[in-house]
Amino acid sequence: MNQASSTFVNIGERTNVTGSARFKRLILEGDYETALDVARQQVESGAQVIDINMDEAMLDSEAAMTRFLNLIASEPDIARVPIMIDSSKWTVIEAGLKCVQGKAIVNSISLKEGEEPFLAQAKKIKRYGAATVVMAFDEVGQADTEARKFEICERSYRLLTEKIGFPPEDIIFDPNIFAVATGIEEHNNYALDFIEATRRIKQNLPHAHISGGLSNISFSFRGNNPVREAMHSVFLYHAIKAGMDMAIVNAGQLEVYDEIPDELRKAVEDVILNRHPDATEVLVNLAPKYNGDGKEAVKEDLSWREQPVNKRLEHALVKGITDYIVEDTEEARLNAERPLHVIEGPLMDGMNVVGDLFGEGKMFLPQVVKSARVMKKAVAHLEPFIEAEKEAGSTNGKILLATVKGDVHDIGKNIVGVVLQCNNYEIIDLGVMVPCATILQEAKKHNVDIIGLSGLITPSLDEMVFVAKEMERLGFDLPLLIGGATTSKAHTAVKIEQNYSHPVAYVSNASRAVGVCQKLLSATHKPDFVAQLQKEYDTVREQHARKKPRSKPVTLEQARSNPVAIDWDNYQPPVPLKLGVEAVEADIATLRHYIDWTPFFMTWSLAGKYPRIFDDEVVGEEAKKLFADANSLLDELQSSGQLQAKGVYGLFPANAVTDDVQIFTDESRSQLLATSCHLRQQTDKGQNPNYCLTDFVAPKESGKADYVGAFAVTAGIGEDELANAYKAAGDDYNAIMIQAVADRLAEAFAEYLHQQVRKVYWGYAPDEALDNDALIREKYQGIRPAPGYAACPEHTEKQVIWDLLEAEKHTGMKLTESYAMWPGASVSGWYFSHPDSRYFAVAQIQQDQLQDYAQRKAMSIEEAERWLAPNLS
Amino acid sequence: MSAAVNNTQLADERNRVNEFHMSNKTQQLLALLADRILILDGAMGTMIQRHKLEEQDYRGERFADWPSDLKGNNDLLVLTQPDIIREIHGQYLEAGADILETNTFNATSISMADYNMESLVTEINIEAARLARQAADEYTAKNPDKPRFVAGVLGPTNRTASISPDVNDPVFRNISFEQLVEAYKEATHALIQGGSDLILIETIFDTLNAKAAAFAVDEVFDELGCQLPVMISGTITDASGRTLSGQTAEAFYYSLRHIKPISFGLNCALGPDLLRQYVKEISDVAECHISAHPNAGLPNEFGEYDMEGPEMAAHIKEWAESGLVNIVGGCCGSSPEHISSIATAVSSIAPRKLPTPEVRMRLSGLEPFIH
Repeated sequence: MNQASSTFVNIGERTNVTGSARFKRLILEGDYETALDVARQQVESGAQVIDINMDEAMLDSEAAMTRFLNLIASEPDIARVPIMIDSSKWTVIEAGLKCVQGKAIVNSISLKEGEEPFLAQAKKIKRYGAATVVMAFDEVGQADTEARKFEICERSYRLLTEKIGFPPEDIIFDPNIFAVATGIEEHNNYALDFIEATRRIKQNLPHAHISGGLSNISFSFRGNNPVREAMHSVFLYHAIKAGMDMAIVNAGQLEVYDEIPDELRKAVEDVILNRHPDATEVLVNLAPKYNGDGKEAVKEDLSWREQPVNKRLEHALVKGITDYIVEDTEEARLNAERPLHVIEGPLMDGMNVVGDLFGEGKMFLPQVVKSARVMKKAVAHLEPFIEAEKEAGSTNGKILLATVKGDVHDIGKNIVGVVLQCNNYEIIDLGVMVPCATILQEAKKHNVDIIGLSGLITPSLDEMVFVAKEMERLGFDLPLLIGGATTSKAHTAVKIEQNYSHPVAYVSNASRAVGVCQKLLSATHKPDFVAQLQKEYDTVREQHARKKPRSKPVTLEQARSNPVAIDWDNYQPPVPLKLGVEAVEADIATLRHYIDWTPFFMTWSLAGKYPRIFDDEVVGEEAKKLFADANSLLDELQSSGQLQAKGVYGLFPANAVTDDVQIFTDESRSQLLATSCHLRQQTDKGQNPNYCLTDFVAPKESGKADYVGAFAVTAGIGEDELANAYKAAGDDYNAIMIQAVADRLAEAFAEYLHQQVRKVYWGYAPDEALDNDALIREKYQGIRPAPGYAACPEHTEKQVIWDLLEAEKHTGMKLTESYAMWPGASVSGWYFSHPDSRYFAVAQIQQDQLQDYAQRKAMSIEEAERWLAPNLS
Repeated sequence: MSAAVNNTQLADERNRVNEFHMSNKTQQLLALLADRILILDGAMGTMIQRHKLEEQDYRGERFADWPSDLKGNNDLLVLTQPDIIREIHGQYLEAGADILETNTFNATSISMADYNMESLVTEINIEAARLARQAADEYTAKNPDKPRFVAGVLGPTNRTASISPDVNDPVFRNISFEQLVEAYKEATHALIQGGSDLILIETIFDTLNAKAAAFAVDEVFDELGCQLPVMISGTITDASGRTLSGQTAEAFYYSLRHIKPISFGLNCALGPDLLRQYVKEISDVAECHISAHPNAGLPNEFGEYDMEGPEMAAHIKEWAESGLVNIVGGCCGSSPEHISSIATAVSSIAPRKLPTPEVRMRLSGLEPFIH
């Protein structure tokens, strides 16, 4: 039989609501099934004991402990290992002890409340048949020095073994691991205190065990995982030699002691063993060198804590440090005459510094967003006090932001919101897919000063026009801001501004938003600004009217007579290995290798190509930090499973019939499954063909059996929940980060799936061997154009893909009325395999193609006009 | 403390336990265990079956009008047919048993609820212990060199604390740890009051039930300020080598070792041939004495046990020779003939020597974990 035995015990730490955000969320949402998976994963990955903790204020912890342990009892692959029942509440521990048939460990009891309760609890534990962790904590407090640690442990040991006959081998001491290298001199010896106390306990208190929570030791190097792991490893190396024999630890994160570079190991060792007074400084200086993966060491220099409170607040705002903000804000509040003065005084002063630095290009968007997070926390702390005084804070103005109906994309809008908040504007954010009526109602209800509309997909442009018309009709006079990826000054000037008789301002990026709002809301600057806008738009309109197509339009007939010339007689289209629809999943660990990072930095307004951006003199450092944050988030998502990717693809028999692709149910090609309609370039191309995607599929009359594919993938399952949770916690930085990362993962998924299709499922390029850079540069055979983008710009074609793949059934992905995909982090498109297939832009089409297309799609001309608006002059 | 126990009873029990200590019975038992393999009695149910009792026999005069059916309530026979029970005890003592088990397998308020007889639990346990006590004392008097002991039996109850009875709701339990502790305390008090020398927690198929029993026994000892030796015996339900609640034999031992039992072992479910490996598994690791009382083989298609005494004795003799056991007896299907054969077979074989395992933290889930 299997008998586990070990000299050092790894205790799984992920089934702990205080330590794992994911586990906490699962338990709070009552998703015990998935919570069980967390336990199972730990056992599978080698945890010899699993620690279970339900200490959360929002939970009935006793009930949750009972429920979870009862569930574990019916899962043999989890229940095979002993349980560590972890709670600071005795009642929860006892509830747990009543559920486990095996011999468990209690975590923990201590002399904190005195001998009597300590012994009473220990006696009960013995009666329930469990071992116990004993914290080095007594009536005076938590032990920090070696002497105190040993003194308390020895006293506990004597009491347990002599007074109530507790078996000494069932006692596990936790002599408290505290952070070292904090910059505070008194902390320098903490690791050595633990190690030496461990040695004394082992020598003097026979059979007792030593355990501890390892991650505390390296707390000062948050953000620099290589250094943290080295510290854990070095600490364990010495602590184990001294007798530590258990730890609550994430085993996968441990660096092998011998594999730590000598220089780093020596520096870490000097810190852990407190070998000389400069040890911390040496390690701090060395740390950035080991920030592998472009990770930047965020070394906590605590000297700023010595400054007066106003300076500390400024420092926290500029550096984006939330750790002390509540206590500092509270101190400022106590010093201030009124709580509001803290906002108007030191906090706004700090934000002004942030604003100035941002304006001077010395701070970058990600940093500003972090500053906003600090500000929000401070304001959240003050709000109850301000409320008590019944006085509203004064702001620079109230701005309503919404992503319009039919569109789900809101990263840009969120960034604008945060930047405006940083500049003391109050933001009413209505979220995504907001109908016009709601926008206008809410604007009135909150008595806002400006309305801002955002959208990413082209149909949103029409919706913005509609909102402008409605505002005109209903007699609004508020300024209207227009922003988002497909918006432009030209569109705003030509289509929107003329429909509304009050100011309409196109905002090209987040940093512009502040200036525009300031001017629009300033009595002195507004008239000039509006007049200037007016003039600009007039100019744009004139240019637009004068603008002639660079090349002459041709008739649809002419265009069709100039397709891509493919010699179908001498080409045999590759046959997919398997036809039909198949759902696919991919984990983040796989997908992250397929990420194209350059657009990620663009999202954060950092210009530069990855990885060269890290060497950029201006934004390099910030890009590194952002990249490190994105990767830690990916690490977290990878282990927590809170963000999931799902997809579906299908490969079908197909042939081209003029500009349609006919897709058949099976190889007999007798029954039509779907028709995908495409658009053809309609300008004079000279020597070049008038491209249409159908050119890449064998025409019916060629007699060749050809195929097309379709796919829909998302990496946004869980994205909204995560982003909302961060937003609710005032953490816009991570809310935006989640969205930015999810977007990249969705694109990565599309890239990954396309590769799988080429190499395996369709299988026409089984030997393809391209690195990620080559993939990004599209060095492969075949294309995957997405409806709504240049080569197939008409959005309703996504419905064809959805129907073909039963995409909603397989992935949960939905289409809005504007054919935006939900979740936002989604990609869909077609697969074409022909070696000559390439991307192109349909661009301008003419009335004859509009009519032809409307007929093919069975749409009215008006409807087709609406969907094709971006391609019609 | 159970409401059924008043102060006078508590004083009685305390006297009983003190008497045990004063007569140095624990010491006597330990000395005997060091000297030879002790014999536990055999099946009670099998012997009762031989009497082919009908509903009215179970009812007797006292329960003639009891609203529920009583046939099959074997424990009730200590009140309605005490002579039969006393006679069976006598037969086992005659066959050579050193330790008698009280006829209280189902005498907890939880199991007795099937007959609406929760209120009789204390009485049944006292009476059952008293009957066994009388029989044992009678035989001890006849031959003071072979003192006989009474083990007060705490059965498993008909519910499981760590298994849901509803496959669709794995969280659900139809009994709680507290309810089990309460029921076991009530029975334990009465078993001690009736004169038990030991407490035997047996036929354990759900370790959590047994932990509740051990918890209850420990609390009762605490209340009395003294303690009796405790025997623990579990059941490996089938060839999987696990208890019904999924533990291996070794993990099961580590789950209950904290009560410091005088003996630990296995009974029921399997015959000696199939049980051996699991007895060995515990024998290899346990620092206490090892007990085993297997069934007389597996039941045939008529539900009868076919293994005769000599065959069963041959198996157990081999165990003894291999140094696996300290206490042996029989469970389902065994009879005084079996016990007699077993007693003869092991009489000249030295008992298993108690090992002194290394001091280690011995934890368990479904499987053991030693650190």
